[in-house]
Amino acid sequence: MLVKQISVFLENKSGRLADVTRTLADNGINICALSIADTTDFGILRLIVNKPEEAEKILGENEFTVSGTSVIAISVEDKPGGLAKALAVLQENNISIEYMYAFVGKNGNSAFVIIRVEKPEEAVKTLSSCDITIIPSQQVYCQ
Amino acid sequence: MSYWNEKYECMSKDEMRRVQTERLIKTVTRVYNNVPHYKAKMDKAGILPGDIKSVDDLKHLPFTYKQDLRDTYPFGLFAAPMSEIIRVHASSGTTGKKTVVGYTKNDIEVWAEVMARTFAGAGAGKESFLQVSYGYGLFTGGLGAHYGGEYLGATVIPTSSGNTKLQLSLMQDFGTTHIACTPSYALYLAEEMEELGIRPEDLKLKAGIFGAEPWSESMRREIEARLKIKAIDIYGLSEVIGPGVACECEYQCGMHIPEDHFIPEIIDPETEEVLPAGSQGEIVFTTITKEGLPLIRYRTRDLSSLNYEPCKCGRTEVRMSKVTGRTDDMLIIRGVNVFPSQVESVLLSIGETAPHYMLIVDRKDNLDTLEIQVEITPQLFSDEVKKLEDIERKIKKEVESTLGISAKIKLVEPKSIQRSEGKAKRVIDKRVL
Repeated sequence: MLVKQISVFLENKSGRLADVTRTLADNGINICALSIADTTDFGILRLIVNKPEEAEKILGENEFTVSGTSVIAISVEDKPGGLAKALAVLQENNISIEYMYAFVGKNGNSAFVIIRVEKPEEAVKTLSSCDITIIPSQQVYCQ
Repeated sequence: MSYWNEKYECMSKDEMRRVQTERLIKTVTRVYNNVPHYKAKMDKAGILPGDIKSVDDLKHLPFTYKQDLRDTYPFGLFAAPMSEIIRVHASSGTTGKKTVVGYTKNDIEVWAEVMARTFAGAGAGKESFLQVSYGYGLFTGGLGAHYGGEYLGATVIPTSSGNTKLQLSLMQDFGTTHIACTPSYALYLAEEMEELGIRPEDLKLKAGIFGAEPWSESMRREIEARLKIKAIDIYGLSEVIGPGVACECEYQCGMHIPEDHFIPEIIDPETEEVLPAGSQGEIVFTTITKEGLPLIRYRTRDLSSLNYEPCKCGRTEVRMSKVTGRTDDMLIIRGVNVFPSQVESVLLSIGETAPHYMLIVDRKDNLDTLEIQVEITPQLFSDEVKKLEDIERKIKKEVESTLGISAKIKLVEPKSIQRSEGKAKRVIDKRVL
């Protein structure tokens, strides 16, 4: 059920983000979702792509510093309170979120949220048991 | 014109040679008999104390390197029993271990003597107020200047480094006439004075004795213009004794070396041949009065030249030129000796392998800055910002405790630091002195 996210270390200098996306494009890899965490000196680019293993390998070969992380993808209703319901479940079960980001799925009325937690397997069980929709990895990659 | 010890400072060349010969023989005998490391070196070179007939034979003796101090850490090169050693100082070594130096009671007196000559040459005397703004502690700067000032009979104000506002208020209240600090700190003081609206006329400052880091003629002119004082250059290294190995007189035309204590030579660092007077090369010192840690032909790695002409001030002592560079990769940052290999040892202790790194040294607002760029490795990388910031913090803390100065740590992408063939380039020094 877990989704593989690719993280890339980026120095804060112009052109680095373009270099990553160009490398992926040249190898026919599609980006489904992304987020960037940035500090004064560096950034961490987090990517959900259609072929994570291949992307990790290619970026590594092109001398980017890459790591793969298991994250959870959930679907929330695209209306007020949709996300609040899912987050309440995590709060009640003392699962803290390291970071998260959202993207809109192609099939319309639901939003996808990527969540990074310390113990993803346990979190998936908790979320499922509370009627939060977990999106299987293949479905995320096919977006 | 004020000499502190006219007999030696203005001694004729012939007489000085006699003094040096006598003291050199005594020193060589002392190290041969008391220090197994020296005995082994001299035996290997096939030279005995009896072979040293005059100061001209100095060139036959083997060199002493920083490595010798490291190999015998901490006290192995001491030529006096520990019961006679009354003080130790230490400076940074090329790896984790420090370079340790020891002084007997007599050595402390020799040191005070050469520092008193230094201050007298800079125009200070019994009536002077000498503010010592070098750090007190393991570093030789503070205590070296302090004892010299007391020996001279000046009123010593031991402020040590830092706390600039206090330094300035004491300078005003006590009427400081002379200050001993790094040249960059002198400029920092000038800036703070401007900020606080203190004019040079509000102070009684006449001269500053500046050293412990490289500086240039243009920096001297700037200090002299902004503080309206005479800026005197002083040279020293803890291995030889500390500050006071050489210092300018008021004519500011080369640093006088108290030759009755330290014999200088200029050598070609590659061939190790002694070079004729006036040549540029590595300056090498032999101490001829020290008991605790006498050093025979110590390789300073500093580039300089020697001038044997008598000075306008009347002193006959040989003068060394301002140090123009190093033959190794040692840096002096905020007066502290830094070797890139120290940073490497810190990085090795953090990851399994030491990542590539680069030291960027700069000078902003007259203070040296050090940034260490570290290439991120897959082992160190994480998708979480806080983990990467933790790594930066950990490196920063370790670097600070190893080097003794603060540094900014910047994680950079792999292969972004330029690779060089042969010896790795680890330093970019952007300081314009």
